[in-house]
Amino acid sequence: MENVSFLTKNFGKYDTNAIGSYVKIGGFSALKKALDLEPLSISDLIASVKVKGRGGAEYDMYDMGRKLSQARAVKGERKVVICNADEGETTTFKDRELIKNDPFNLIEAIIIAGYVVGATDGYIYMRAEYACFRPLLLNAIRQAKSCGFLGEKILGKNFNFNIHLYSGAGAYVCGEGTALIRSIEGRAGRPRMKPPFIKQSGVFARPTCLCNVESLSIVPHLLLDEQQVYASCGMGDSIGTKMISVAGNVNRPGVFEIPFGTTVREIIYELAGGVQKNRHIRLIQFGGASGKVADESILDTPYTYEDLRAAGVMVGSGGILVIDERTSVLDFLRMNQEFFSEESCGQCTPCREGNLHIKLILDKMAEGKATAEDVKLMCKIARVMSMSSLCGLGETAQNSLLSAMEVFPETFEVGGAEA
Amino acid sequence: MSGHISKLLKEQMEMVNLTINNIPLTVPKGTKIMQAAQEIGIDIPHLCYHEDQSIKAHCRLCSVEVTGRRRLLAACSTEVWEGMEVHTDTPIVRDTQVAILQLMLANHNKDCLSCPRNQNCDLQRLCSRFNIMESPLPSVVKATPRIVTNPAIVRDPSKCIRCGRCIRACKDVQGIAALTYAHRSSDITVTTAYDKPMERTDCVLCGQCSLVCPTGAIVEKDDTDAVLDALQDPRKHVIVQVAPSVRVALGDAFGMWPGEIVTGQMVTALRLLGFDMVCDTNFGADLTIMEEGSEFLHRLEHGGTLPMITSCSPGWVNFLEKNFGDFTDYLSTAKSPMSMFGAISKTYYPEIAGIPVEDIVTVSIMPCTAKKYEAARPEMGRDGRRDVDIVLTTRELIKLIKYVGLNFKNLPESEFDSPMGFGTGAGAIFGTTGGVMEAALRTICEKYTGKTLEKINFRAVRGFDGIKEAEVDLGDRKVRVAVAHTLKNARILMEQVQKKESPYDFIEIMACPGGCIGGGGQPIGTTNAIRKKRMAALYEIDKNLPLRKSHENPEIITLYQDFLGEPLSEKAHELLHTHYHKVEKEYTF
Repeated sequence: MENVSFLTKNFGKYDTNAIGSYVKIGGFSALKKALDLEPLSISDLIASVKVKGRGGAEYDMYDMGRKLSQARAVKGERKVVICNADEGETTTFKDRELIKNDPFNLIEAIIIAGYVVGATDGYIYMRAEYACFRPLLLNAIRQAKSCGFLGEKILGKNFNFNIHLYSGAGAYVCGEGTALIRSIEGRAGRPRMKPPFIKQSGVFARPTCLCNVESLSIVPHLLLDEQQVYASCGMGDSIGTKMISVAGNVNRPGVFEIPFGTTVREIIYELAGGVQKNRHIRLIQFGGASGKVADESILDTPYTYEDLRAAGVMVGSGGILVIDERTSVLDFLRMNQEFFSEESCGQCTPCREGNLHIKLILDKMAEGKATAEDVKLMCKIARVMSMSSLCGLGETAQNSLLSAMEVFPETFEVGGAEA
Repeated sequence: MSGHISKLLKEQMEMVNLTINNIPLTVPKGTKIMQAAQEIGIDIPHLCYHEDQSIKAHCRLCSVEVTGRRRLLAACSTEVWEGMEVHTDTPIVRDTQVAILQLMLANHNKDCLSCPRNQNCDLQRLCSRFNIMESPLPSVVKATPRIVTNPAIVRDPSKCIRCGRCIRACKDVQGIAALTYAHRSSDITVTTAYDKPMERTDCVLCGQCSLVCPTGAIVEKDDTDAVLDALQDPRKHVIVQVAPSVRVALGDAFGMWPGEIVTGQMVTALRLLGFDMVCDTNFGADLTIMEEGSEFLHRLEHGGTLPMITSCSPGWVNFLEKNFGDFTDYLSTAKSPMSMFGAISKTYYPEIAGIPVEDIVTVSIMPCTAKKYEAARPEMGRDGRRDVDIVLTTRELIKLIKYVGLNFKNLPESEFDSPMGFGTGAGAIFGTTGGVMEAALRTICEKYTGKTLEKINFRAVRGFDGIKEAEVDLGDRKVRVAVAHTLKNARILMEQVQKKESPYDFIEIMACPGGCIGGGGQPIGTTNAIRKKRMAALYEIDKNLPLRKSHENPEIITLYQDFLGEPLSEKAHELLHTHYHKVEKEYTF
């Protein structure tokens, strides 16, 4: 399989604590270039290579270029760009690598996004667990400011922009846009209904453009990509490269940059070094706790948006969890369900109560006491949850269960042999 | 809406065509699916939605299917669009409605038979509508005791469906936010800061939360048994007084039109319940005007503290004590009509009736939960005896009337007893925002100028606006007045006072929206639209009375002649005035 290094090309190439060493390898030349361009030509460039939001919102996966141009079109004073570094999905830690190994690129990316959108402020909303990177980012912001990349009249242009770092308090749901914004505002991190949409009324009621770390990080690289390396990677409509994180029962869990089109088998058996002790794979979950599951039959599927969707799963957050034969499907689902029973914000009925009851029925199954009626009821609650919950958490919390019911029907034949 | 107006509206507004269950309809742009469905007679079930509140979209019970949409949409929060096809009765919609109700029931104590909201509960009504006979889900409700820590409000978390209506009422209407969500997921609860008892938070016991709660999770403290005990005790002489706003709200519970005036039936009902004296708080209101009006003129003429602010709304008094405790001097020292009545019923009345005071039980029927707290204040009594022994809300009176099985709607009308049963039009309008001010101005103008006031309708202080102001010409000087209802608006006026920027001489404040007609003890289902009907009814009562100025009340004139002397006399001060005190907060944010 081919090796690519597009998003990760700066990794290890400079001292992440010194802006000078970043500038030496060409840092901030993308910003310089951007400020000489029409903002919309930048969003057009991004749209031309079909960069999709890399946060993992399954269905509403946005077109990054279109998102920026729409945000630019919104009228309003003091617009905001937020970098979503909450990365709360389980098995997902690719943004962490981008922050840790290339913090200045992220800062540069946010400034460029601010320029495209016409914003005055950028926020980085970073999950509580990444507190160790606060000094790194604060230093990067401070140095960028002292070098004139942030603040008033950036690079002599009529463009003023500042970046603020905000740490969450540890709730999974704060990766959801409206909850994230409430958290920045100092309120309890609970989602709200839309409208108003974030792009019109986001943080402190200001027009806000909310993008994931990886989506943003692509931008400076794209601007300097004269050889069109990015566009030459990928397969079909899934252009370019993707950061993925592989976790679970593999020999070399970690973060990898792959060209779209790499097969799942290559990811697991080559990049991640295969399954520990050559055990069989019980299941693979794509996209974190809210992702769907597949069995071994997915191994030869190319990792693209389209192929994974056709195979019944989604790219989502880019996380891949490999579970080997030692863990039953049921035990996996119980673990996943435990997570959602903890992390629902509790405002809307289907998610608050539904997660609890599904957990209880799964526990009952584990005790061998569940009836066919219980399973039917669980399926119904899961469906109602995904159809009617207030936010994406409730909508996707039962993805694993509902997909497991299709892929592993034998698990749900109560009274029968456990898979 | 008349055809003419709706035609005009249609011409001016952008209209949207849609179908609901294949029925075509046209509604103004911006209409939500829920209201569009109402247009064609479809009631989409809902629990967290309340017509007077901002939209929450929490309960998800109003989820409907819209063609082309992957997920269901909440009818309460989704605006219609051109060509939208809504379906409210597909299998997934029904599954969702039933599942959500079953999920709620599994986390509810289902103790309907002993619930104060039995047969008057939104959750119960919807479960009945959707024919939910038994829940397939195990009960997950936490066994939490009822929280009874104060004389006014009782909470029962095991009946809470976390809809958030109480939180919105407290935060958005009153600007207090004593109630809030705490914790998350299935542990989420509606509670106070640090789980403190309500009365030890910023709560003022106004009861607006109990008025919007769809279930029995927040209710008034029930004191009906104490009243029944007193009525059945042959040694007791039980007096009842009824607040002005109760007579235009009580009918709601008996299938009458909102705002219907039921004074006569109400008096008959109270008599049939066995009260020995059926009296009128309007009498107390006229007495309050005598004292409060005189106090205002005294302050005006002797350089006293101005603006003087009314003190008859106990929720408001609690609010001031907790939030503007250094400004108690601005409050009128005149007691509320209820407490003045109470004091007279325990002093003057025993004298003239020849009944030992210890045998007298004074009961108040109030639109208000905070009145239960007011009556229990140590200031409101003497010799260790309370002036008002028991306070019932309108809701509790409804219960008593149902308890004795009266066919309320068809009861013959009868008159209040005397003394303490006569009220003027000025007393009647005490029940609405602006009413106390208007009543006071009628008397103040005549007392100050010595001339008969011809134009007695002060229209500038009427209506539902949050803050109203007016300038009143007293001849040689003008008086600037302001009227506010809801504590959110009260705060605005008090911040002016705090900054010494208040341009007013006299301010009326009512804690509840609309004043007492919208009080926290009024019938369940009270909305702003209904408040406005009650308001109109009170002005109708006033308009039709022969006497409309408090100082013309013959019973009041006699009371001063025979007992009190004159307003602000030593005796009046002793019985009818009081002082309020700063309450230190237990925490700050």
